[in-house]
Order: sequence, then C-alpha cells, then structure tokens
Amino acid sequence: MSFPTTRQVRWLIKPAWFLACLTPFTWLTLAVFELAGLSLGADPIEETQHFIGIWALRLLLITLALTPIRLLTAQAWVIQLRRMTGLFVLFYVSVHFLNYLVPDQGLDWGAIVEDIVERPFITLGTAALTCLIMLGITSTNGWRRRLGRRWQKLHRLVYVVGILACTHFWWQVKLDTLEPTVYAGILAVLLGSRIVSYKRSKG
Amino acid sequence: MLIKKPRDIKSSDITPESVYLDRRKLLQAAGLSGTAMLLPQAARPGDIPARYKKLEGVIKSHYSTSREPNSFEDVTTYNNFYEFGTKKSDPVDNSGNFKPQPWSVTIDGEAEVTGTFGLEDIVGPHTLEERIYRLRCVEAWSMVVPWIGIPLGDLLKRFKPTSKAKYVAFETIMRPGEMPGQRRSILDWPYREGLRIDEAMHPLTILATGLYGVALPNQNGAPLRLVIPWKYGFKSIKSIVRISFVETMPYTSWSDTLPREYGFYANVNPEVDHPRWSQARERPIGAGFFAAKIPTLMLNGYADQVAGLYTGMDLVKNF
Repeated sequence: MSFPTTRQVRWLIKPAWFLACLTPFTWLTLAVFELAGLSLGADPIEETQHFIGIWALRLLLITLALTPIRLLTAQAWVIQLRRMTGLFVLFYVSVHFLNYLVPDQGLDWGAIVEDIVERPFITLGTAALTCLIMLGITSTNGWRRRLGRRWQKLHRLVYVVGILACTHFWWQVKLDTLEPTVYAGILAVLLGSRIVSYKRSKG
Repeated sequence: MLIKKPRDIKSSDITPESVYLDRRKLLQAAGLSGTAMLLPQAARPGDIPARYKKLEGVIKSHYSTSREPNSFEDVTTYNNFYEFGTKKSDPVDNSGNFKPQPWSVTIDGEAEVTGTFGLEDIVGPHTLEERIYRLRCVEAWSMVVPWIGIPLGDLLKRFKPTSKAKYVAFETIMRPGEMPGQRRSILDWPYREGLRIDEAMHPLTILATGLYGVALPNQNGAPLRLVIPWKYGFKSIKSIVRISFVETMPYTSWSDTLPREYGFYANVNPEVDHPRWSQARERPIGAGFFAAKIPTLMLNGYADQVAGLYTGMDLVKNF
C-alpha cells in the first residue's frame, strides 16, 4: 500500500478536501440566489435549514469516521483532515443556526428563547452547537498544548455532539423516521468502533 | 378549567337549510355585508400547463379571501401528500402514473341513499364555485389557494343522512401501484379523515375538483378532495373514494397515529402549540427568503363564520 507524501497531503489533498467540504455551501449559495439554474423551491428557508443541517450531520459522521479509517487502512495521513472537517461541521451548524435566527425567526428573541427552552429538539440542537463552539475554539495547536491531556478528554465531546445531532434530527421529523434511523445507525457503528478498539487496547 | 363534552348534534343541526341558504344573513354575521359587493380579485393563473383540463361554468364566491393567491407553481410543487412520498417535492415528482379517471365514490353508513357513484354523478348536479381560501399547514407554513369545488353540505344532503349520522368519515384511495408512498407503512393506509356532521355541513367546507380554473393536478388530490379552510391542512383529505355517515367519532389517520401531537378537531389555533413547535406564527410560502413570519389567526381567520361550531368547547383539550 502506498502513502502520499507530507507535501502531497499539504498541497494537494488538504486543499482538495477543503473545496470538497465547501461544495454543499457553494451549491446552497447559488440556489439561494437562483443562479446556475438552481432553486430552493417554494419554501427556501425550510429547504436551506434541512439542506445545511443534513450536510452538517454528514460531515460530522465523516469526521468521526476518519479515526476508524486510519486504524483499518493504516493511512495515518487521513487524521490530518480531521480538524478541518470538524471546523466545517461548526461552520455548517452555525449557518443552520443563523438561518433559524434570521430568516426563519426574524430575530424574534421571545420566540427564539421559547423554542430553545420548550422544544426539546431545539434545546438539543443548541446544546450541540455550544459544544461545537468549545471544540472549535480549542482546536488550535496552542490550545492543544495548553490543555495537555485534558484536551483529549474535552474533545471526546464530539461523541456527545453526534448523539445530540442524531436525536435532534429524529425528534424533528413528523413521522417518517427512516432517514434519521440511517444516520443514527451510522453513528452507532462509528461509536461502537471506539468501544471495540478501547477494549482491545485494554487487552 | 372549562372542560366540556362536545355538545350533542341534534338532527336540526344537520340541515339548517333556512339559515344555510340565507347567504345575506351569514354574510352579515360575518361582518362582510358592506364588502359583499367587492368581489375578491380573480386568481391569477400564471403559467398553467395546457395538459390540465379547464373547468367550465365556475362562479365566484363571497367566501373567497381578498389575499393574493400563491402562484400555480407554488401550489402544485410544494405539497404534503404522503401517498406519493414524505418530501414536499415528492407529490409532483411521483404522481405522474396516478390515474384519476375513471373515478367512483362509495357513499355508505347512516343515510337513506347509499351506493357507489361515478364522479360525474357526485359533482355533476352542483355548480362549481371558485373559493380562494387561506391554507394553514400544521407545520406552520401557509398558502392562499384558488380552489374550485362544491359545498360539501349540498352534496351530503342529497344522500339524506339520518339522525344517527353524527360524523362523516372520509377515505383516500388505496393504490400502492400508482402511489409509491403507500408501499411503506408510514401511516396505516388508507388515509382516513373525519368531521363532525355540523362541520361537514358548514358552507365553508367544500369538496374541491380543481384549482386555478383547471381540474386538480394529481399532486393536489385529484380528482376529488376535501378543503376545510379553518382546520390544519391534513384534515383536507385527498383523492377521496369513500364518504361514510357514522354515529361515533371515526378513525382519523394523524390523530390516531400520534394523538399527543394531532387532534381530531385540528382547528387552526395560534394559542395551542404543537408539542414541537409554536403555532403562533406562520411562514407564508412564496414570500421569499427574508419575508417575516405572519401571525396565525384564530381558526385561520374564519372565526367569525365557524367559531359558533365550538361554543362551550375547551379548544385546548379538543385541539
């Protein structure tokens, strides 16, 4: 099995990955302005909310898949994509939240606070965003150094974010839970792989 | 707290013909007498594909709202019709193979006249009316739709319901071959809905056969659907093949599947939130990305006409 060089990862793979992660956002931007023949249909706010939310969840699951992929394939470089992908998750969730705050709720703070307090799926979504912001802030090398061993512990929060995100999706759908079930299933496999490798390392 | 049983429906409530025919009185009661002469603006057709059959002999109605209708495209591409899939775009994408002709409707239950009738026998004797109604979905969005149809009450009376007919139950066709959504048991198919008979007889309640001057597109519930403008959209059952007069409250798909979230009455009510979202405001479809939400009106703005149906009822309990 061949491995890309450090140079290839840095100058080829990472920029390509960056553009790949940005693609859904680019598509959305074009569709919002009805460019390139794209459109969000009759309810653009709702469509934006769903589209950006589902891509945030997909990227989160991809982030969580990188470690098991490294373990399975011995391709150590994939781990270098993890921080960038995680930060894209934060970016997509922020757009998701801003779309809720501004176009959807029109910055009606009374209604927003009521939603966050009274509607469990929105409470969970807000909690997930709060966790992601903490992870984003502490994602720099400086914070990693400063926090030392605690950094690893803190960043296990991403597992909690995964559970929050899948539950948020599940509780949001009206009746047809097929799609949230698929995502929850993938999350279960990814979290399960951690348990397996933890048990193996214990021996 | 006021918790009362729904009042019993007396036989006299079933056919309030004198009141019913006296439109002037109703309009006065609705505070519309002064504006009765000001007919709402005709619905703007926009681009309507030629394949849709134009409906002839349609008269206008004083029950229409003066609000600007949504475009034909909004009305026919943004639909909840789970028989064709659960996404808003599924009904238009997946209903191409559905055959709304020929069509028949079975009328049964507590009525003197029962049987199975062709669509022409059901609709033919009535004058088609354009009714531009506000539509409020339980998901907190809304549209304005220029329906074409007949008052349901006028039709029901032809079958002479007996005094035992306290409710009217409706059923959608079961055709998994043509309706891909029915191949998965998301709801307990066929879709069923129901009304109290006085709600069914109310002049605002119509059976629609068209919109925007043409026969109903498949994704909107061809060829025959209910429209009850003061209730959440899911009450307005589509592609109806059975209408039954019954004595007890019938099974209704959403309220019996998720009774905590959806009620039998499902009256639009900004003060009673869905457990997962507020019903105080609604997003008008077609208003663009930065349009503000608008306040939801009690009984979707039809309170003057229909609030009397619910006198003494606790609308929080009977949501």
